[in-house]
This record gives sequence, C-alpha cells and structure tokens, in this order.
Amino acid sequence: MIKSTPILEAKNLKVERGGTLLLDVPSLSIDKGEILALIGPNGAGKTTLLQTLSYLSKPFQGEIFFKGENVNSVCPVFEYRRKLAMVFQEPLLFDTTVFNNVASGLKIRGMRRNEIRDRVIEQLDRFGISHLSHRSAKTLSGGEAQRTNLARAFALQPEILLLDEPFASLDPPTRESLMEDLEHILCQTQTTAILATHDRMEALRLSDRIAVMNVGKILQIGSPSNVMNQPLDEFIASFVGVETILPGKVVKKNGGSFLASVSGKEIEAVGEVHLGETVILCIRPENVILSAHLSKETTSVRNVFQGKIERIVPFGLYQKVQLGCGFPLVAYVTNHSLEELSLTEGKEVRASFKATAIHVVRKGES
Amino acid sequence: MDLILEGIKKAFWLLVTLDPEVLRITFLSLQISGTATLISLFIGISTGVMVALSRFTGRRIVVSLINTGMGLPPVVVGLFVTIFLWRNGPLGFLGILYTPAAMIIAQAVIATPIVMGITLAAIQQLPQKLRLQILALGATRLQMVWILIKEAKLPLLAAVMAGFGGVISEVGASIMVGGNIKGYSRVLTTATVMETSRGNFDIAIALGIILLLLAFCINYIITQIQQRHRA
Repeated sequence: MIKSTPILEAKNLKVERGGTLLLDVPSLSIDKGEILALIGPNGAGKTTLLQTLSYLSKPFQGEIFFKGENVNSVCPVFEYRRKLAMVFQEPLLFDTTVFNNVASGLKIRGMRRNEIRDRVIEQLDRFGISHLSHRSAKTLSGGEAQRTNLARAFALQPEILLLDEPFASLDPPTRESLMEDLEHILCQTQTTAILATHDRMEALRLSDRIAVMNVGKILQIGSPSNVMNQPLDEFIASFVGVETILPGKVVKKNGGSFLASVSGKEIEAVGEVHLGETVILCIRPENVILSAHLSKETTSVRNVFQGKIERIVPFGLYQKVQLGCGFPLVAYVTNHSLEELSLTEGKEVRASFKATAIHVVRKGES
Repeated sequence: MDLILEGIKKAFWLLVTLDPEVLRITFLSLQISGTATLISLFIGISTGVMVALSRFTGRRIVVSLINTGMGLPPVVVGLFVTIFLWRNGPLGFLGILYTPAAMIIAQAVIATPIVMGITLAAIQQLPQKLRLQILALGATRLQMVWILIKEAKLPLLAAVMAGFGGVISEVGASIMVGGNIKGYSRVLTTATVMETSRGNFDIAIALGIILLLLAFCINYIITQIQQRHRA
C-alpha cells in the first residue's frame, strides 16, 4: 500500500507559558480515517495539544500541515478551523433550542436554511435526540447535553474531529451508552478523530492508535496492543494499567529466557538482556492466575508463587486482589471466581503467570 | 389630607382627559430618554464587550473607572455638559445648550457607563471556554462577539432597564442643560420639580404617576421577555 499524505501533520510543536514548557511534540501525524487517542494524567498536555492543533491556543512554535499544506499560510485562520470540529468536556451549549444548537456551526458558515435543516435533522436522529429538538438547551440532562454537543460537531461533517475528554463528566451508564453510539458513528462516518482522555479503557475501545502523554511530551505512540503490552517505561506501564511493576536483576540466562531476582525470589521472563542488568518486569493483572490449591502441581508455567491476600478491592466488573508473595503482585478475578475460590483477605493462595506474559523494560534502554 | 386627595383627584382628571400639556411632556420625556438610552446601548455594549475580551496593561484601572461611572452623579454630568456646551466652551459653536439635544447628550453620558459596566460583567460571566467553542465552530471574531452578546442577552436586558430607568427619572442634569423651557425642553421630572415648587400639587402628582407608570410598564415588558426564557 502506498503511504499517502497524512491529513494532519505537526512538526516541532512547542507551547510555552510563563517560562514553563507546556507542550513539546517534535512530530505527530494522523492519517485520514484514523482515530488517535491521547492518554495521560491531568496536566499531561492533551488539551494544549488539541487546542494547538486547532489554532485555538496561541502563541506556539512549530508548524502544522493540513493535507500537506502549511496552516500558517491559510489566511484567515477560521478557514482552517472550519475544516475541524471540537468537542469539549463541558457541553458549552448556547442558550437556545437543541435544534439551533446543532445548527449553530452551519449558521456560522452561512449555509442555506434548507440545507441546515436537513443536516440538523440527520444528526438529531443519529444521536437519538430528535424528540428534544425544540427543548431549551438549559433544561437538558448531562447526557442529553453532550449528545447535542456531539451532534453539533458531526453536523459540520468535519475532516478531523477533536474530542477533549468528551465523557469525563458523565455518570457511568450515560457514558457507556454515549460511547457505544459514538463508536458506531465514528465507524460509520469514517471520521478522522483525535480523542484526549485519561481513561485507558475509552482509548482502547475507540482508537486505532494510542499516544501516551506526560508533562507536555508524547512518551510512546503505537497500536493499542503495543502500548498496553509493551510499555516503554514504568510511567507508561502504570498508566496503561500494568498493576505489577517489579525492578529486578538478571541472575541467569537460558537461551531466550532469563531469571531475574526480585526481592530474593526468582522470576522467569523472556527477552534479550545482559547478565547482571537491572530490568523492570511489568505484569498485567489479567495475566495472573490465582488458585486455592497450595500443593505444587506440575504445570508448564514456571512462575508459581505462594502468597497471602492483603487486600481485595472492587474494580468495576472485577475484584482487584493484592497479594504479598515476597513482592507485591496484583491480579484481577471475577466476582464468580472470588466466591468459587472463597478468596478472603489474609488467605494463602497460589499465583501463577507465564514467562511470556511479562513485559520486560530494560533500564537505560530508550 | 385634603391637599393630597384633591391633588390625586385632579391628577386623575388630567390623565383621563389626556391633557395636551401633560401628553406633550410625556412624549418629550420618552423621546429624549429613549434616544439617550439607544446611544448608550450602542457605545456601552461595544466598549463593554471590547474591554471584556481584551487583555492590556491598566485594564484594572479601566474597569474600576467604568464601575465608578455607573454611579456618576447627574448634577456633575450636568455641570460638565453645560461647561462644554457653554457659548465659550469647547463645543459652544454647536449652539445646543438648553435644547433637547443637550439633554440627550447629558443623559447618554449618564447611561453609557451603566450599560458598559453591566455588559462587561455579563460577558465576563460567560464561561471562558465558550469563546474557544465558538471559535472552534469556525466563527470569525465578529461572529464570536455577536454570539457572546446573544448569550448574555438576559443581563443585557437588565442593562437596558437600568440605563433607561436611570435617565428617565433623572432631573439634575436635565434641568441644567435643558433649562425646562415650556413646550420645548420640559420633561416629566423637570416639570414635576417646577410644579411642586409652585404649589401646583395636582399637576405634580399627575406627572409623578405617569413617571411611575412609565417605569413600571417598561420594566414589566422587559421582565416578561426575561422570564419567557426561563424554563
């Protein structure tokens, strides 16, 4: 396949305010139809990046290319903004009816009345808010308001849709139903989108590519499975949900696998390392299997440890079980298996995980 | 007590028979204060929005000045407008002292800071991100300002009320720059002052009632508009 010009490309973006570097992105490109998620904690620069890409946060250094054309040469800048649409965390609706809100961006573009009506009706229908058409935006619930906000953005048929934490202030059931609809609509319309979120599950679900951000920088960018399973460092690992992060020392090499000593215990992992090197072992909680039988059966799994349950914390549909087995280890179990194995705090259990399920981060390797 | 009852009775009579002098005074009042309010809306809203949206050094001082201007004593305005329009004054060549035009100027000077101050507060109260959202929707700067004004329409209606209410009931400046000339620059307030000082309480009361009714009607209409938007 021939690589076409990316729809949006940024080079050497830097935003500085009051002597602090808020954003430092040497290069970023988004292909047409792609959905890129920016994940990172608050203050990571996700919002700044989105606002810079849409020329809302000024001044900044660097260049932005839209379909290969430098946006700096597009004058006036609103001509460029009219190719995009932005959805903020707050619905920021206007004090008028739902219909007029969805129509607002089209009115700004001076579109003909009939055409506006058709497009608005289509979006109201798509987001399931046709019945609210004549309601005042002030009387909407949080979910209805955010649906209106999304409809307003989609009515513009943007070339790129920028979403800044669009679900963050919604309650879980509302968020779930809206995310499901958005997922469907994004797929149906083939809209190119950049989604900023602090929720990795949201990113996993909606995106084709994930960029992990912190303190204004993109630390890692890649496919969801790449970022989730092969985080480049401890920060990314902890942010993408690797609960167990263990520093250890390589004590024995054996072909492709090696043994690392972690707090006096030996853990087998796979990877190219040097003897004596310090490595970080990342174990995702869903890869840890718990068993109530303490007797050591022969299994193909080499990493089997006995430990005591220190805490059990409800975690969505799962229970997060924190173990102490010489080193801290976290596993997810379903409510069903929690009962079946009669796991309680203080109980001794056996935990096992495959050597291949461990992601190895080499210190000093960048 | 007789004085008041007699006064009210006569005032009522003047009103129901649509006394031509009373009517003329009422219309002139509406005309002068209405024009002054329109001028103040134009200057006050545009300047208020500009100050609300811009950042510059000394902005705080400007905002404080506007807020002080909201309580400008009418007699002081009357004094300075008189000086400016005086025969030897800077604008004396216009020759408009003791005319309705002078009264419009004085009243506009009083109402403008009121409208400006309320506009400033109203625009600043809108969420910061709303401006970004409007720009993100592809608006030009002018379109953004227009949308912001529409978003702040309720407090801006309050500005209309406050501005008009301030000038229609104002007497000091009007008498100083208008001169209370019968059939020419005599308005409700100045006429009330004069008739009261002459002891013609009946006419004074009639004029007072009209003034109150006017104030009530205008506020009622604007309140209706405001309440309609509440769910």
